Amino acid sequence: MPSYKPLILGAFVLSMSAALPMTASCLSAPDVITLNQEGKLYKPFSFDHAKHIQLIKECSDCHHHTTGTLVQDPNCVRCHANSSPTKVVSCKGCHSSKPFSPDTLAEKSAAKQRYHQDKMGLKGAMHENCLGCHEKRGAGPTGCQECHPRNEAGNAFYNADKKGKATHSKHE
Amino acid sequence: MKRRNFLKACIIGGATISLGKTNKGWASGSFEGYPESMGVLVDTTRCIGCRSCEAACNKEQNLPEPETSFDDKSVFEEPRRPTSTAYTVVNEYEKKSSGGPVYRKVQCNHCNEPACLTSCFVNAYTKTKEGAVIYNSKVCVGCRNCMIACPFNVPGYSYESVTNPVVKKCILCYDTRLKVGKPPACVEICPQEALTFGHRADLIKLAHERIRENPDRYYDHVYGEKEVGGTSWLYLSRTSFDKIGFDTTLSNDPIISNVKDFLGMVPMVLSIWPALFSGIHLLSKGAQDGHGHDTETREEDH
Repeated sequence: MPSYKPLILGAFVLSMSAALPMTASCLSAPDVITLNQEGKLYKPFSFDHAKHIQLIKECSDCHHHTTGTLVQDPNCVRCHANSSPTKVVSCKGCHSSKPFSPDTLAEKSAAKQRYHQDKMGLKGAMHENCLGCHEKRGAGPTGCQECHPRNEAGNAFYNADKKGKATHSKHE
Repeated sequence: MKRRNFLKACIIGGATISLGKTNKGWASGSFEGYPESMGVLVDTTRCIGCRSCEAACNKEQNLPEPETSFDDKSVFEEPRRPTSTAYTVVNEYEKKSSGGPVYRKVQCNHCNEPACLTSCFVNAYTKTKEGAVIYNSKVCVGCRNCMIACPFNVPGYSYESVTNPVVKKCILCYDTRLKVGKPPACVEICPQEALTFGHRADLIKLAHERIRENPDRYYDHVYGEKEVGGTSWLYLSRTSFDKIGFDTTLSNDPIISNVKDFLGMVPMVLSIWPALFSGIHLLSKGAQDGHGHDTETREEDH
């Protein structure tokens, strides 16, 4: 009796290899990313990238047009229907960490014809992306310190030692 | 007849001077701000009410410690206004709205034609070419005219010192940041980029682009583009602006337009009135006294 085992195995391998490009692109994605490494008021924290991939599955939900399903927004499709995924997919690859520095403003002024004039800075983009999604889905942390606990400088900055209104006497 | 000629000359001279001044007053009403003026666009649809801007302002300007921590959200119970110890405050509106509460940061709007500057008789205020309205506390006499003149109720009054009474308000971080091209501290700290720093002219275009691209997200108005002659701080909102604490009854004319006619009269009053009234006084005295009597004699007569 001929064994079907090699055939089944072959089919399995074939199906896996067909799935490989996608698997490979996902495998190249980091499982954990340390964010806020330069933070002055908040401690760096680990972002569980793998968990988010598992939960959301669609890369472009966060990475908009750079990876995963490409542009679908009818407004963007007008120009970007044939745009391919980009090499750089990290947030900081596009969003400047100093959006209002004299250099960035000078660069913006020099390129007045550019269509995308209103690109958010890194901090704004990440907060809007993370917080916006957490709020929309009603899942995930939305408080500042739920993601990144403050360090000592941060506590001093926000005068965290000062009690709430109810317990505080005005003429202390 | 000599006296009459002298008075005539006084009146004609005074009127000429005053007319000249009045024309200057009219011209200043058409000032549309410095071309390179910077500004901040506040997108209230992005603000989450974290009060980080308040904390950043407090540290940057070396203001006294707050009464309660900047984490304290109970401050949203009552609308607040900027004070001498807090140059910026965030207020909460539309608390029960289906779209969630709306937060609005309040600070000096840095008018193109500041009413505070117009009202200040010691010239303590300056509108810099970068757009900031700054003040010299050394010459401030604490009259509080600017507090009354400000259409946004911004300047706060420092009551702490009797000997050095000063008005205090946001100066767009002029000394420490704006002067060297850096964004104000509140803009830099904002996690949501609810505050966008840039050239005022660019920000107006940007604001209208946001409205055009997201008509469902924004109410079709940029507050501060035209109000009281335009301000360096501009606002975008989800709802009409009166619902989130803005005065929507303000005219597009700068405050100085309301007073320039009156102010034009001041030189006239100063130059003509003394001459006119002393003239009338002398004439009436002359008529009463007849000729040749000296003052002492007249007083004895009474």
